[in-house]
Amino acid sequence: MAAKTVLNYLPRESVVHRLTGTTKLAFFLLFTFAGMITYNTWLLLGLLAVSLAAFKLSRLHYKEVRFMFVFMLVFLLLNNLFIYLFDPNQGTALYGTRTVLCHLFWRYDITAEQLFYMFNITLKYFVTLPVAILFISATNPSEFAASLNGIGVSYKIGYSVAIALRYIPDIQRDFHAISQAQQARGVELGKNEPFFKRLKNTVHILLPLILTSLNRIDTISNAMELRGFGKNKTRTWYTRRPFAKSDYAVMALGAALLALSLGVTIRYGRFYNPFM
Amino acid sequence: MKNNTVKTFVAIGIGAALFFVLGRFVAIPSPIANTNISLQYAVLGLLAAMYGPVAGGLIGFIGHTLIDLSWGGAPWWSWVLSSALVGVIVGLFAKKMNIQEGEFGKKEVITFAISNVIAHVVAWCALAPVLDILIYQEPVNKVFAQGAFAAISNTLTAVIVGSLLIVAFTKTIAKKGSLDKE
Repeated sequence: MAAKTVLNYLPRESVVHRLTGTTKLAFFLLFTFAGMITYNTWLLLGLLAVSLAAFKLSRLHYKEVRFMFVFMLVFLLLNNLFIYLFDPNQGTALYGTRTVLCHLFWRYDITAEQLFYMFNITLKYFVTLPVAILFISATNPSEFAASLNGIGVSYKIGYSVAIALRYIPDIQRDFHAISQAQQARGVELGKNEPFFKRLKNTVHILLPLILTSLNRIDTISNAMELRGFGKNKTRTWYTRRPFAKSDYAVMALGAALLALSLGVTIRYGRFYNPFM
Repeated sequence: MKNNTVKTFVAIGIGAALFFVLGRFVAIPSPIANTNISLQYAVLGLLAAMYGPVAGGLIGFIGHTLIDLSWGGAPWWSWVLSSALVGVIVGLFAKKMNIQEGEFGKKEVITFAISNVIAHVVAWCALAPVLDILIYQEPVNKVFAQGAFAAISNTLTAVIVGSLLIVAFTKTIAKKGSLDKE
């Protein structure tokens, strides 16, 4: 339950929540890869429709996940700004034509190709956003390890992920306590210190944190070994649920979308070019 | 031997949690988008040097994926894989350093520094930009500028903070043969 604070799990009665964790993880991966391969505007718009529909089905409210949207928006704006600053002609390089809309200064023209390219890159990232939010907010964190194992990852690695999720809040609390204790003793991390002094000061906080973490590693691994962890090749999971019809349907949809994206890319190339 | 495998997987979990906390809540944002001056690479270096390449790679991979997920987007795979690569490369030098025995002299500091420089340069100046171009078709000079900046700032934090940490850490371990018969 502690992991809830980290990944913002929002329990709800919905079709999406009822799917098994394995299905959601598999769909999430298939969908992100489909979105990664293609740059075709129509295909991206189609994928966006699918992911928005899934979001609608999950009965999550935009309000609850607003900070994620806002964060992504700021990130994408900054990213676009840097793309433009570094290369205002990337669009021309990709689409092969150059339609100047207006001239700003020096080498910076606003071209239709550049705008279209930046629209596409934003779209490309936005397509996966609702699915990613769904995956995080609609999957119970205690099901994570089981679902990783479900898609074929070794159960030991699944356990590592479960341990990470379980101990993030603890380590966060430790970090907070240590950093306040050290600040009370006069270890300064603010802007008043020169940069290299600041880096050196962080060691005073990191060292206690690492020592407690290493102790933790000892305690946990001893406890797990006492219970015979790692003896067998496979294991069962308390949170694993049997597959229902809808699980197979969603998996098939994910595979179909990936195949479509691959097919369109092989047949027509990665880009949709309205300028030629 | 068996003891080590259980311990390694626990270390991966705790290491990923440390990586996450340092990367998510203690990041100092830099002027270039997508790039932070980040302490997590110092800890990644230390743990990779202690537990080897498999642990290093998985700590980077899991930790970075969790950070990206918690910000609410799909993971930026090109950078996640680069973090994993940093852990793998530093981990490959683990046998040369022998940190758990408490040995950390000048030679080991230099090995640690060199392994970190190689790891960060390969990850951020080669793997991350190439994947960014393949996946997102971003402008070449932008991704390489971003990568070079990340390589420099991450190498600096990893080498300076990382070696200070290891030196301080090895002082807390009783060395092999430190007891004398009287």
